[in-house]
Amino acid sequence: MNSSQLLGITTFAYLLSAILYIAIFVFRANRLGLFATLTTVGAFLVNTVGIGLRWQESYQAGIGYAPLSNMYESLVFFAWAIAIFYLGLEWKYKNRILGAFSMPFAYLSMAYASFSSQFGKEIKPLVPALQSNWLIAHVITCFVGYAAFAVACGLGFMYLLKDRKTKQASGSLIASLPELKVIDDIIHKTLVFGFLWLTAGIITGAVWANSAWGTYWSWDPKETWSLITWFVYAATLHARFTRGWGGRRIAWLSIIGFFSVIFTYYGVNFLLSGLHSYGGG
Amino acid sequence: MKNTESTAWRFFASVKLALFTLLILATTSIIGTLIPQGKPPEFYIEAFGPRTAMIFQMLDVPNMYSSWWFIALLLLFSNNLIVCTIDRLPNVWQMVVLNNLDTDPERLEKMPHRQVLHARGDTAALAEIAGGLMAKNGWKPQSENNPAGSLLFSQKNAWSRLGVYAVHLSILIIFVGAIIGLALGFKAFVMIPEGEATDTVYESGSSKPIPLGFTVHCDEFNVSYYDNGSPKEYLSVLTVKDPPSNKTFTRTIVVNDPLNFKGITFYQSSYEPMRGFHISITNKADNTRQNFRIPFGEKIPWPGTGIEFGVINQQTRSRMGDVAKIKVWFSDGQGEPSIFWLDNNATETITSPAGSYEFKARQVYATGLQVAKDPGVWTVYAGCTLMLIGLYVAFFLSHRRVWVYISKEENTDRCRILICGTSNKNKIAFEKEFAALVECLTHDSTFQNA
Ligand code: HEM
Repeated sequence: MNSSQLLGITTFAYLLSAILYIAIFVFRANRLGLFATLTTVGAFLVNTVGIGLRWQESYQAGIGYAPLSNMYESLVFFAWAIAIFYLGLEWKYKNRILGAFSMPFAYLSMAYASFSSQFGKEIKPLVPALQSNWLIAHVITCFVGYAAFAVACGLGFMYLLKDRKTKQASGSLIASLPELKVIDDIIHKTLVFGFLWLTAGIITGAVWANSAWGTYWSWDPKETWSLITWFVYAATLHARFTRGWGGRRIAWLSIIGFFSVIFTYYGVNFLLSGLHSYGGG
Repeated sequence: MKNTESTAWRFFASVKLALFTLLILATTSIIGTLIPQGKPPEFYIEAFGPRTAMIFQMLDVPNMYSSWWFIALLLLFSNNLIVCTIDRLPNVWQMVVLNNLDTDPERLEKMPHRQVLHARGDTAALAEIAGGLMAKNGWKPQSENNPAGSLLFSQKNAWSRLGVYAVHLSILIIFVGAIIGLALGFKAFVMIPEGEATDTVYESGSSKPIPLGFTVHCDEFNVSYYDNGSPKEYLSVLTVKDPPSNKTFTRTIVVNDPLNFKGITFYQSSYEPMRGFHISITNKADNTRQNFRIPFGEKIPWPGTGIEFGVINQQTRSRMGDVAKIKVWFSDGQGEPSIFWLDNNATETITSPAGSYEFKARQVYATGLQVAKDPGVWTVYAGCTLMLIGLYVAFFLSHRRVWVYISKEENTDRCRILICGTSNKNKIAFEKEFAALVECLTHDSTFQNA
């Protein structure tokens, strides 16, 4: 077994997990509940071992670095972070329907990592600028934050779906979703969690830049977009706790915020140019 | 104070303005990620046409993050934060230091979490027992006995109300750090060829010379490569000489591991191949060795030996001018001169009728150093640390308060015991904590549920 086989299995396992949760939601197939959870836990473990093995393989190749250094590896870690975050939510709220709106993101991230031809997947030696422990701290903190924002976006859709359908008629499908108030509360907590990690991500990135180039902030497009994302979520949080926004508006903002995350992560690498162009390699 | 507040004050203290500024900062920041920054004026004329380019220059778009209007937005933002804090902090401070034993019993009756118990005995004695139980449950109380009744109070994390202000203050601290860096620091650059030294660096952008006050000597520069040919490490060996303090030391720097001396930091940033070579020749007969630094294309003598040599041709492997191979001309005055190709950094043995020599050649490089002085960076880092701590406190800690009020019930020999509490955040967790406290009191036979 090598890491790419394991990560290939991970992709399909997350697909299966997402399908199971969606089935639980759409067909009210509650019998599948335990199976869905076990599949997710299994997929998460395979994902973990896959990352660990890739790490080991990089040492065997005489390169030796934590597998968090390019587009492919960060997508794999993104999926990993979404899965663990979701499992935490499921455990805390004892609700599997959240999975139908969270696990598809883990699958999409792995699928994009596995099937895209935009970037290389092989273990490549690190250029000198990337040889830093701050880089590892930077990637981990950012992606834990991004994972929370992905889930918040999914829950935002969930909220809007429930809200719209509740107004039309109380469809039985929609009735199985958690109460609007509960979704709203989970979105808020998820955003708060993500914001703390995004802040840590921006800070560790600044420290890394300072140790490599002597400038903690240089307004390159990636930095600027991460700050834009931070502004969007800061505004969202303030709108909530000082102006009492909630419900639909926060649901929309959690979706808009995630678009900003996607642009920071993907758009800047492939549509704009800058210091972080390593992602395109 | 309230009625003397001007409209301007209200305006700058409002969160609406904060939301507006945050969103304007977010949207305008996008401009600088779409339009390349810091290019010469011709670039914009070529890319966007003369009319648009003129508007760009007027609005400082090519350097928008230091333009007057972007700075003005940041000032508005800071001002908003400061005014908002001055506006609210006094009230919050009041909440932190409030003497909760003064709380009006009427208000206690309206607390979000409440439970009433009964017990026999006099209020002070019951307060003693209740206080002991509260302490056992993690709520160490203060108490006050009045003829009307006894009040016990305990709280957790009152100071956590200041978390928000720590976050807001941290933003200002980061701004201050950035300003210190801009005012007292510099960003500069210098190229030092191997074997040479500099006491001056050149400011980025303006190329203005900046004297260091000490000298930096580049002893050696080296690039190592992975098997696949991509660079693995850029390394410079630097020697710093500071005559005033009589200090001389040598240190190796690589990317991500800079050298700092007297607040000035030298970062490995680039390199440049030079047209010159380090040559080392060893005469194998008597093992004498001599090192040379020679230019390209010149005949160089080793005095007193009759040896002459030179590099007469070279092959480069990149446009930068990294030499892959050189063609050497070598003669010790006996027989035909040797002419051969040699890899950069490789050794060749030359035999002539008079003896044999070891010839080693390596291209001379210059190391490119980014030089920064930023006395504000520790202020910025302090701000960042404060921000993370503040966010944690603001998001995850809550100010929780509980009171136990024991009063004589009229016309009976019983006392009425009101347990009540409130939390400024995370009500669900507090509900559980409150229930546990009530449970702890009712568990004691002294107190009965109403
Ligand atoms: C991007 C910069 C900012 C960040 C990161 C930030 C962060 C925070 C945080 C973490 C909270 C606490 C939330 C909670 O209680 O759970 C908060 C509350 C608040 N912020 Fe900000 N803030 C920022 C900018 C501003 C600005 C410019 C203003 C100007 C008016 C402002 C006004 C407030 C107010 C009034 C509160 C509520 C305080 C309270 O509950 O008493 N914030 N902010």
